[in-house]
Amino acid sequence: MKVITANFVTCAVKECKTSPESYPLHFHDAELEQQEQEFQPEFIRNIVPRIDWDALRTTSNELGFPSLPESKPEGEALDDEQILKDLHRLLLETQVSEGKLVCGNCGHEYMIKEGIANFLLPSHLV
Amino acid sequence: MDYLVRFAQTHETFRLPEIHACATLAGVDIEILSYYEFSPYCVVRAPNEEAMRTIAKRSILIRDVFELWGQGTNYEELHADVPQRSQHRWKDFEHSEFAFRLEYFGGKCNSSSTSKREILTSFTYTGFKGPVNLKNAEQQFFVMEEYIDDVEQSVLKVAPVEKPRKIFLGRKICDSCRDTVLKYDLKKRDYISTTSMDAELSLVTANMALAGPGKLFFDPFVGTGSFIVCASHFGALSMGADIDGRSFRGKEAAKLGVYENYKQYEMPSKFVDCFTSDLTNTPLRRPQFLDGIVCDPPYGIREGLRVLGNRHGKPAVNVIIDGVPAHLRPGYVPPKKPYGFEALQKDILNFAVRSLVTNGRLAMWMPTTNDEAVEFPVPMHEDLEVVSVSVQSFNNWSRRLITYRRLPEGEKSDVTLGRTKTDDQGHRADDLNLFRRTFMNRGHVLKAEKDNETTP
Repeated sequence: MKVITANFVTCAVKECKTSPESYPLHFHDAELEQQEQEFQPEFIRNIVPRIDWDALRTTSNELGFPSLPESKPEGEALDDEQILKDLHRLLLETQVSEGKLVCGNCGHEYMIKEGIANFLLPSHLV
Repeated sequence: MDYLVRFAQTHETFRLPEIHACATLAGVDIEILSYYEFSPYCVVRAPNEEAMRTIAKRSILIRDVFELWGQGTNYEELHADVPQRSQHRWKDFEHSEFAFRLEYFGGKCNSSSTSKREILTSFTYTGFKGPVNLKNAEQQFFVMEEYIDDVEQSVLKVAPVEKPRKIFLGRKICDSCRDTVLKYDLKKRDYISTTSMDAELSLVTANMALAGPGKLFFDPFVGTGSFIVCASHFGALSMGADIDGRSFRGKEAAKLGVYENYKQYEMPSKFVDCFTSDLTNTPLRRPQFLDGIVCDPPYGIREGLRVLGNRHGKPAVNVIIDGVPAHLRPGYVPPKKPYGFEALQKDILNFAVRSLVTNGRLAMWMPTTNDEAVEFPVPMHEDLEVVSVSVQSFNNWSRRLITYRRLPEGEKSDVTLGRTKTDDQGHRADDLNLFRRTFMNRGHVLKAEKDNETTP
């Protein structure tokens, strides 16, 4: 699972939808993998405005990456190739191949195996 | 200037929606001047040749595009029309290498080779002086005769015609990207399943949702990834989810089936992620982050229409086995229950409203039994505009591709004509899903009738 996807998901349990603690989900025991991808600046420029920056900072810290700037790059900063390349590396080239995503509210653990996260819930949590 | 578009004579109800989608992608205003479902020829008004090229380069259902130099219902009319439309262009090609060709649609060429030559040489008044090159001339002029083909004859019960009912003269501009269909042919794809959507309609679906570079696409019922592969072919980065992880993972260990297809088509960088989830209980809750959603939801015939939860009557409790909650033990498979077809449509529309950016599109397939086909109410949502509805018909059922646009905040669409059906009450798949019930029952009836025929 790539870091970009982690920024879009929250706990699937209904009661957690309203809780601010359920987002972002926290990586535990994450095995990281870097995989080189073609740099697509147009995509990064489009997607950054849709990213929850605080959540991305949390995720990036938890995965042990150097801390991101406090505020989201906007306007001219999105023309800065270095900024775009750094984000490309974090969002698209960084993958969690094994580990868990844990909800900060209910504590439910979503397993990640071979890079695939499983968000299915047992019946008592649906 | 007016242009002659030659469509593939297939998937007729998809052709105009697709050309409009390609025009939207190109940022071009076009006007359809003439169109007929039984004919491949369509006259389009566009600002310039470049605009038509851009449109054609994205279209799957267009075959090729011509600058329209003349049209008529017989040769007299055609020859009267040609100077009016194209005289101002004759000088531009005076010294070009050129060729004239004669092509037919829907009829036999009754003309002998002498009359064929007569036709082709009857345009000498254009005054071309350049060399003739029949193989690959720089400027190719097509005389196209349209007859009434056998499909129209049988559908409309009309007689064939001896002479063409319409004749066009056009200067060829370009081919479309229709040959992409061959590249994505399922027969040549590494990872597919029995329910994979064919390449042609998958590509059209991606076009309807306006897939393109820099965009993020998602398929909540990804399966083997036919739609996202096509969206990515046009440049979008794509994600997929499925309630059954085996569908996108495949059987080979340590290989992700859908990703293998991305590698086969040499675009691994367009693949974002696949994960196991249920749309009804989706973890994707961010607002406005997707440019497009493409999907063919399960119908409950070949693939089960299910969501998470226990079947009716089973209490939902946290089962503990050997001191560990069952759902945390390895190999746990969450229970799934049958779900209503209409409820699922509603979930999809609500998900689209929340997740799509303004003007983002949802292109969704939906099945219908033919009894329902006459009056077909489309599922609607006031925050979505229905852009187009196209039909693919089979023997006893059909499916529709419905394309929606996410409206800007504050704009509402009129949903009074929308689908107001609700699922029937019940807990079994057959109770909940009218489409499944009708489809299956008819199968049984037909079978019963057949059996009756054979047993005297």
